[in-house]
Amino acid sequence: MSFWFWHGLRRGIQSTGYPRRAEAAPGISPGRPVNTEFQTSGEAQSAASICPVDAIIAHGRSAFVDLGKCVHCQRCRLSIPSPMNWDPGYEWTRLPAEQSECATLPSAFSKSMHIMVVDAGDCGACLHEVKQLNNPLYNMHRLGFFFTATPRTADLLLIVGPVSENMRGPLLKTWEAMPTTRRAMAVGSCAITGGVFGRSFMCAGGAGSVLPVDFEVPGNPPPPLAILHGLLVATGRKSVTQDELVSEGRS
Amino acid sequence: MATYTSPVEGDGRTGLSDLTAAVEERFGSVLSPMAAGRGYVLALSLVQPSSLPSLCGFLFSDLGCQFGGMIAEEHSSHWQLHYAFLLPGSGWIDVLLSLPIETTTVPSIVAEVNAADWHEREVEDLFGIHFEGHPRLGDFILHDQIWREGIEPMRKNFAANRQLKQKLDLEWQPLLIVGDPGSFAMPVGPVYDGGLGESLHFLLETVGEDVIRASPRLFYNYRAVEKIAEGRRVSDVLLLAERFCATSAFAHSLAFCQAVEKIHAVEAPPRAAILRVLICELERLRHHTGAIAAICESTALAVPTAHAAIIEEELLRASCVFTGHRYLFGLNVPGGLSRGFEAEQCKNLLSSVDKAEKELRILENRLRYSSSFLDRLEDVGVVDVKSARYLNLVGPIGRASAQHCDLRGACPYSGYEGYVFDIPYETEGDGYARLRVLFAEATQSVRLIHQAIDALKPGAICAPCEGTYPGAALGWAEAPRGAALHWVSLDEKGLVERYHAITPSFSNWHGFHEAAEDFAFQDFPIILATFGLSATECDR
Repeated sequence: MSFWFWHGLRRGIQSTGYPRRAEAAPGISPGRPVNTEFQTSGEAQSAASICPVDAIIAHGRSAFVDLGKCVHCQRCRLSIPSPMNWDPGYEWTRLPAEQSECATLPSAFSKSMHIMVVDAGDCGACLHEVKQLNNPLYNMHRLGFFFTATPRTADLLLIVGPVSENMRGPLLKTWEAMPTTRRAMAVGSCAITGGVFGRSFMCAGGAGSVLPVDFEVPGNPPPPLAILHGLLVATGRKSVTQDELVSEGRS
Repeated sequence: MATYTSPVEGDGRTGLSDLTAAVEERFGSVLSPMAAGRGYVLALSLVQPSSLPSLCGFLFSDLGCQFGGMIAEEHSSHWQLHYAFLLPGSGWIDVLLSLPIETTTVPSIVAEVNAADWHEREVEDLFGIHFEGHPRLGDFILHDQIWREGIEPMRKNFAANRQLKQKLDLEWQPLLIVGDPGSFAMPVGPVYDGGLGESLHFLLETVGEDVIRASPRLFYNYRAVEKIAEGRRVSDVLLLAERFCATSAFAHSLAFCQAVEKIHAVEAPPRAAILRVLICELERLRHHTGAIAAICESTALAVPTAHAAIIEEELLRASCVFTGHRYLFGLNVPGGLSRGFEAEQCKNLLSSVDKAEKELRILENRLRYSSSFLDRLEDVGVVDVKSARYLNLVGPIGRASAQHCDLRGACPYSGYEGYVFDIPYETEGDGYARLRVLFAEATQSVRLIHQAIDALKPGAICAPCEGTYPGAALGWAEAPRGAALHWVSLDEKGLVERYHAITPSFSNWHGFHEAAEDFAFQDFPIILATFGLSATECDR
């Protein structure tokens, strides 16, 4: 059994250098569509019409993207002849539309934040990406972030999924069991707007319609580094992505 | 009464013509002639509902068919209930029951085909059809603490955007079954494991050390995918088919696309078929690596957990580099694939896959000599061969209990018949057998990826699949967790009229209690991990 000890030691540290330096390994993020300037307004219109979830809004020759709705179907990326531009980054955390101030946790939490995750109808992708934060390649413990098994010791509620009717009660119960000061973060386009599931008799259409959300991490799913960026934003160690065109495009 | 047949005897012994003759001889008088098609090789239209249980029992127990699932359809004047059976080596058999729309009661087939249990509960809950003889109906998808009786959301007259006044009874208590003195229940979930487990609830009843009864309660993640799909375009429903379970997104979208292709009578071009096999196997390899990591984690073996998790993340990254998405979204379209791949990309993928396989080999060899690890897995969570057959377990879990039915071999699609690969299986049915099957299948996936890349020839990647073709068809794929069946029905406008997905997690959660019962509490998380099931795949 001692071979596991040596096996672990021999492999050395493999964690990413983020946030001290940007991570550039291939495949860490699918990227995202960004606002694109086309030659003609017709092209912008066709880019908007190809989006199945109305995340692209055409305005003149420009096409704006609301990443909170984007489901990463890649249709606008592959569309011919007018593909949208895609940006390979991962720092996507933003504030809910109705919120202007960033509700960062007090400084006492900046190096120690305990996170409670609730799967509220998630497809497994966001939840899986959240789990990857415990992967040695991301290792969020080194940054002072921990998953906790009880809402009583949690500082941040991380919600994935569009909030299914059957999970609404457990989600609220978890939220109410958390001590103040507490924050809520919606991870993934489903938790932000309902994503492909939208609003129906079974879906609340996002966590924001059930409890007050402080941060949004768009993506379908957001890659682990995007979620890590969200956690750094919640503790005031990174700032929210200010994409003016995105907010302009948001209806 | 249900009788047991060894799957080894059943598999491949009966040909389709033998089966047709045997069914004709016994049930000829209650069957009306019906042409096969829509993904089925044989359609048996039953005119007498009372013969349903005996016909289903005959197919399952005497002729060695696998039970695929049940599909209910509401038409303007009648109900259609399809019971899908698989004759390994030949194809799908449709046992069809048409009933007037006023019908409220149908005979249950649970006594003959136990695997139909949850299917009947689902139909009862969502359509309001009562199954006579079913031992336990009610509280299933629509949880009783929230939903009033009499709501039947899958009926056509129920609007998907309807807003209901829910009672949200937070004081609701589950029903206990073990009533012995000193017995108590340990509830787990729906939010457990720091929320990192998918939402579901277990009620573990015990008198002390051992779990006497384990009842999983699912559908916390039910998003009514099948309801909101109705009346939408195929391209929109494709997004749903892909996104209800991300960890096997490609397999499910493939099954959906194949159903649509059958309706349009279109076949994916050879290059697309080969690439589909390639990506399916990439998904399987990644899924199995993740499942192995979860098993290591459940036994609290930190270094192997980290090792497997790194391999998994590397495969996620390789998938992203290859296809543009870490979970393989946005690739399948009816008719083929949305994008092609260059030889250089395939070469890069191959080197990542080979590296992953090499690492998995190292991990497997070390785990084999980790006695503390093996002690937790061996003879734990045992599902014997007879029970596995009785419960109709599918996928790697079934194969660990000698249920070697794999749709890639039993009913090939996307050209799987042209590849050389093994379908590994074990007979012990314990946690370690399930782990060995995962490792062996991962190796076979790498083998298939190699063959697919070698077979790749230039050509089109998508056949046009446009226009409106009303009709219905069954599509299927062997998802990483087992058999996935997608039934798609399109109306005259080309919109989806009915969509139903039968998922491997749905089939296997039904049999989970068999593994968890009579084992100690501390074994429970390990049994759960070796089953590796997904709640969201089951819930839809």
